[in-house]
Amino acid sequence: MDLLKKIKDFKNRYASPFEMRDDGIMGMNQRNVNYIGRYNKRSLFPLVDNKLLTKKIAIENHVNTPILIGSVENQHQVESILEIIGDHTEFCIKPAHGSGGKGILVIKDKSKTSGNFIKASGQEIGIHELKRHITNILAGLFSLGGKQDIALIEDLIHFDNVFSGYSYDGVPDTRVIVFQGFPIMSMMRLSTAASDGKANLHQGAVGVGICLRTGRAVRAVQFNEPVTIHPDTDKELSLLKVPHWLEVLRLASSCYDMSGLGYIGTDIVLDRDKGPMLLELNARPGLAIQICNNAGLLPRLRLIEAITKKHRLSIEERVAFSMEHFGVFSN
Amino acid sequence: MVSRGLFYFVTAILFLTGILLIAYQRITFDVPFVPNIAREIWTVEAKVEFEPKIGEASEVRLALPAVQPGFTQLQQNTASLGYGVNYEKKDGSTFVEWTKRNPQGLQILYYTADILVDEQSADSSMIVPALKEIVEAEPYATAMKEIASTASSRSSDPYSFANQIIHEISQNNEITSLLLSKYSKPDLLVHILNLGRVHARTVGVLNLKDGRRNQKLHNYVAVFDKTEYKIFDPENGHSGLKKNQIIWNDNGNSLLDVAGGKHASVSFTTISNSVSAIEAGNRKANINMVAGEELIPFSLQALPVEEQSLFKTLLLLPIGVVIVVFLRVIVGIKTSGTFMPVLIAMSFLQTSLWIGLIGFISIVGVGLIVRSWLSHLNLLLVARISAVIITVIGLIGFISFFTYKIGLTEGVKITFFPMIILSWTIERMSILWEEEGYKEVLKQGGGSLFVAVCAYLSMSSFFIQHLSFNFLGLQFILLALVLIMGNYTGFRLSEMKRFKPLAVQIKNYRNGDESEQEAVRLNEELKEIKADPHNTYRTWKKQAQHLVEEENTKKDHE
Repeated sequence: MDLLKKIKDFKNRYASPFEMRDDGIMGMNQRNVNYIGRYNKRSLFPLVDNKLLTKKIAIENHVNTPILIGSVENQHQVESILEIIGDHTEFCIKPAHGSGGKGILVIKDKSKTSGNFIKASGQEIGIHELKRHITNILAGLFSLGGKQDIALIEDLIHFDNVFSGYSYDGVPDTRVIVFQGFPIMSMMRLSTAASDGKANLHQGAVGVGICLRTGRAVRAVQFNEPVTIHPDTDKELSLLKVPHWLEVLRLASSCYDMSGLGYIGTDIVLDRDKGPMLLELNARPGLAIQICNNAGLLPRLRLIEAITKKHRLSIEERVAFSMEHFGVFSN
Repeated sequence: MVSRGLFYFVTAILFLTGILLIAYQRITFDVPFVPNIAREIWTVEAKVEFEPKIGEASEVRLALPAVQPGFTQLQQNTASLGYGVNYEKKDGSTFVEWTKRNPQGLQILYYTADILVDEQSADSSMIVPALKEIVEAEPYATAMKEIASTASSRSSDPYSFANQIIHEISQNNEITSLLLSKYSKPDLLVHILNLGRVHARTVGVLNLKDGRRNQKLHNYVAVFDKTEYKIFDPENGHSGLKKNQIIWNDNGNSLLDVAGGKHASVSFTTISNSVSAIEAGNRKANINMVAGEELIPFSLQALPVEEQSLFKTLLLLPIGVVIVVFLRVIVGIKTSGTFMPVLIAMSFLQTSLWIGLIGFISIVGVGLIVRSWLSHLNLLLVARISAVIITVIGLIGFISFFTYKIGLTEGVKITFFPMIILSWTIERMSILWEEEGYKEVLKQGGGSLFVAVCAYLSMSSFFIQHLSFNFLGLQFILLALVLIMGNYTGFRLSEMKRFKPLAVQIKNYRNGDESEQEAVRLNEELKEIKADPHNTYRTWKKQAQHLVEEENTKKDHE
């Protein structure tokens, strides 16, 4: 009897691998071996790991990204930072190899009286502190493995108002997984108080699965469990609908043509005035998107793999195909 | 992209190579799979004594131990000052010949042989003897014939015949006392057996007893049935040799011939040595090599002891690495630093588990506290790591000094920890703490320790140490295993837990306006396109183009 109880307890805590396979849930090993390993060429990884390179190829391929004001690659360029900034009053400084939003300094205005910069929080910082931040970026304080880094100075994004109330503090961005140019699955990551304003799902950010056909929220999860309202703002999550959805998907899809990577996560932000913009690419997108969408990635990926002449389809056709086959709401 | 077929082929080749190498070493060198099986080696010393005849050259010939099942001779040498030594082979037996022009005084010559008790040995130097047609004088001939006919009537084969003869000649009666007055029992037995047309001969048997000195050979009788033979003890009729009996001279030749000497005698001393099976196997292999059989040893025993111990730890690393791969790929345990746990496990091997664990936790714990203070200083990375390294060294020094002073000499061993690795571990965990919170640190730190302990437990097992050191083929098998695991695309054990809520949700809820499970619908579509790739592609393309047109007109209207 004790053993039977134990087996039952085990079954309650662990999913059967066969059931998971039938649902088409993708595991880490599967992703690494059959998708990242097979479709992402190692030599192309620097394109996405270095945000400066990503931006350069995006500009070459006319993919919409936040405007690059300038970059600081050497310590001696730090002195000329004011010339680089010019008369921009709102911008952000970020490390090219940063991850998880580390080392991003957002300046939203310049004080007219003192000439100081005003951070997003309202705090004022002087030119010395700004230079110090850039020096830290260059020294690798925020980069993976502490490597020497480059500081990017970008135009500030003005978030679309439709998202107000959906994010506690920070950037609401849309992640679209693109496989061989086809949008596969998408989600929004909404930061919460629990996640400390960061958009990392395992730290407590809310993940909202987005229907590929309509841009509507499919389901929202926090800490792997379904939620219906944003825990901090009490906003009804099922009402979330991403505007300009078709453009978002087309932008995501075009990232395949520009990067050459077969399996990528594209992070897209919506600017109030300029529409969808590519924020960054990720060559190793996570698997939690499946939980947000209440669906496995594998059936979708396999369907795309089965299409024989996919390279003949245009971006618009690929997006239309994905919307048709992978959407969950009919309108 | 290498094709899967080639991959499996290479893996199979590696695996097979490993198996074959192991089999080769097991069979040829007799290396056991289980460590510490002791094998018995008998050191037998024959001591020849004689007085030389004055003015004559001496020539001494001693028969050497016979080749026989159950024993393998490993090595032999002689100790004989001023003698010329020569080994020779004659009539299937080997002899040692000592020669000296002008010996004076009592001469003592030694011959020693190391003989391995070896169940696998099956060779024999025994040759079937010819039947001797000797015309016996009366009344011995009649007496012998009588015993032969009695024994013959009660027996069925050569062995039972011999048995009956021994029974007869052990009777205390006139006939036997008459015969035994002329012949020794073994000789008598051989004579009567020859009368019954059974091949037989006397052999000299030495009892192997540890530390026994001054032993003589016992004369037994080998009775032949065609080419098979059995050894009989003529005193009591017991057949077969005991485990610790060895045939010394087997082909009827004399044990000792001395020319130019008198009062010659030979006595034996036997000593038993226990050696490890590996050593015994190697010594056996050496004999084969001397005999001209080229053997490739594939064994590290040939190296000097210092290099051996180096290899011992080196060859253990793959075991730890395989454990790490298994726990990460199949189980899905998170560790900080991929192979840091193996290095920690290696240092556990030096320090012993508990000391190692306590040391690791205290060093990393204190290191994290120091590191959190350092992070306030906002130092550059290299300087920060260097500061942590110096702190770690200081900590290790302090711990070992302190524990030594209070009498715990074990604590000194903590210096075996890899300091640079520890510093990086502290650095990484500290960053993790800042970025992801202490829970993640505990998770990864605990995971690392768990993997390290698993690796330690397997690497510290004598059995595995024995296998990895003695069977180099194991390394090929480990490589094949790692390759296979590197190709594993199934779920990790941890993912079964991670995706449990998802699996339940998928089962219970439909998304949006879906009427059936998405996986089911998409599988149907997959079947559709696989059945007819061309037409399905065209339909789907048209559908997509139609949608694009719709979107475009909608846009135009806006």
